[in-house]
Amino acid sequence: MKILVPVKRVLDYNVKPRVKADGTGVDLANVKMSMNPFDEIGVEEAIRLKEKGVATEIVAVSVGPAKAQETLRTALAMGADRAILVQTDDEVEPLALAKIFKAIADAEQPGLVILGKQAIDGDNNQTGQMLAALTGWAQGTFASAVNVEGDHVSVTREVDGGLETVKLKLPAIVTTDLRLNEPRYASLPNIMKAKSKPLDTKSPADYGVDTAPRVKTVKVSEPPVRSAGVKVADVDELVAKLKAMGVHS
Amino acid sequence: MKTLVWVEHDGSAVKDATLAAVTAASKLGEVHLLVAGSGVDGVAKAAAQIAGVGKVHVADNAAFGHNLPENIAPLVAELMTSHDAFVAPATTTGKNIAPRVAALLDVMQISEILSVEGPKTFTRPIYAGNAIATVESSDAKLVLTVRGTAFEKAATSGGSGTVEAVSAGGDAGISSFVGAEIAKQDRPELTSAKIIVSGGRALGSSEKYQEVIVPLADKLGAALGASRAAVDAGYVPNDYQVGQTGKIVAPEVYFAIGISGAIQHLAGMKDSKTIVAINKDEDAPIFQIADFGLVADLFNAVPDLTAKI
Repeated sequence: MKILVPVKRVLDYNVKPRVKADGTGVDLANVKMSMNPFDEIGVEEAIRLKEKGVATEIVAVSVGPAKAQETLRTALAMGADRAILVQTDDEVEPLALAKIFKAIADAEQPGLVILGKQAIDGDNNQTGQMLAALTGWAQGTFASAVNVEGDHVSVTREVDGGLETVKLKLPAIVTTDLRLNEPRYASLPNIMKAKSKPLDTKSPADYGVDTAPRVKTVKVSEPPVRSAGVKVADVDELVAKLKAMGVHS
Repeated sequence: MKTLVWVEHDGSAVKDATLAAVTAASKLGEVHLLVAGSGVDGVAKAAAQIAGVGKVHVADNAAFGHNLPENIAPLVAELMTSHDAFVAPATTTGKNIAPRVAALLDVMQISEILSVEGPKTFTRPIYAGNAIATVESSDAKLVLTVRGTAFEKAATSGGSGTVEAVSAGGDAGISSFVGAEIAKQDRPELTSAKIIVSGGRALGSSEKYQEVIVPLADKLGAALGASRAAVDAGYVPNDYQVGQTGKIVAPEVYFAIGISGAIQHLAGMKDSKTIVAINKDEDAPIFQIADFGLVADLFNAVPDLTAKI
């Protein structure tokens, strides 16, 4: 079984986002960019399925600028077999992304597509579900466990209040949550080897997908700041403050 | 504009997050509801009582029993031929279903709206709430998910919706529900609680969490929360987690106990009305956003607070 793993290049999760002064977005000039952490978990899960003998080939895909090659090389260094870069400098919305991935899925015929549940920049949490709708496949979102059993996959999902398990017919879409696994670091020899793994470059037009945005960003602003209140001297003062607000047993 | 609001329920009652979605939808126009499930007469009746509600579409079918998006999204897509906007709470269920609906309708969804600024203009958090985007849709129809803490809850009485059965849809035959492990708690749900008592890494153990945090929550009738560090350390299960990667909460009062205030935690609770922080370290970032800060050893201060409150 082939596994398709979409990955996105995003602002590194350790970098605090700064809103641009002109309100057009978040400043991405000269800041560290990395693979979206949820996508990293997706790559790791695909590799584990290959190590278990379930998967035979892992294809990493990224839609983004030329520099997204670095993100794909990271996926290859972790253990993906080959990569496809769908190169564009435009910001591509989840719906258009899903259409591109649908076209790639039609060509590649994977058994599973494993995506991050959301990218930590746009926080949309949509692409996997949209891809599932367009392919007509079943979806196991926010996965904390994935088990392929014959022609089905059983996915344990993180839901409000606990966990839920669903059984999906293959091919299927899985989106990852944080507890699914802990992604490995690529070793130096593997980083070197990744440089010679195949990486195809395509464009959205190759897949017949129009990436013109449907949603316009009017402006981006800083969230309201919350200012510090007061320090209380002791528990008695805190109790008095809380009781004055009507908070008591 | 005619909106269709997805009613999230547990088989007998409407969940609170739905009520915030109703408020958001009412800012766009007429509010219709969809109650889907198996044996949902009671839920439909309760839903019809929600203030301001028009029609309540009821799809009673075993295939809708476990909110499987493969079965529900086509049903919603069909109902959307006579509605202009689909509105769902941004819960794990809403987030699972809405994008599948959006793609079926060829609409770009707007996720986790915080406010309605115009008929097609909304604000929403990006970068885990570190920036707020104002966005405008150009699609013919809207698909929205609503952050529950950003809107008042619609009243659960006073409405007089008309209940109408929907026969559309069925089992797509590609997915099935196997089981669930839902932690049963004899306390308010984290996302709808008025008071939350959260504990952090400084507690040091699961036993101390039980010994220090739980009695205060019990006394105040509060929900229990935790920081990611406390969850990762195994003090409490993952569904206690408040933060960017856990639950987003905005109670009347939030107690952050032994929580330093990592960005990831603040992203989940900074909209609380009043924040109380108790921490030994006076430089902890949590004090920069706390309304009442107490620099003290939590193992002494919290039992004392529990006794006196």
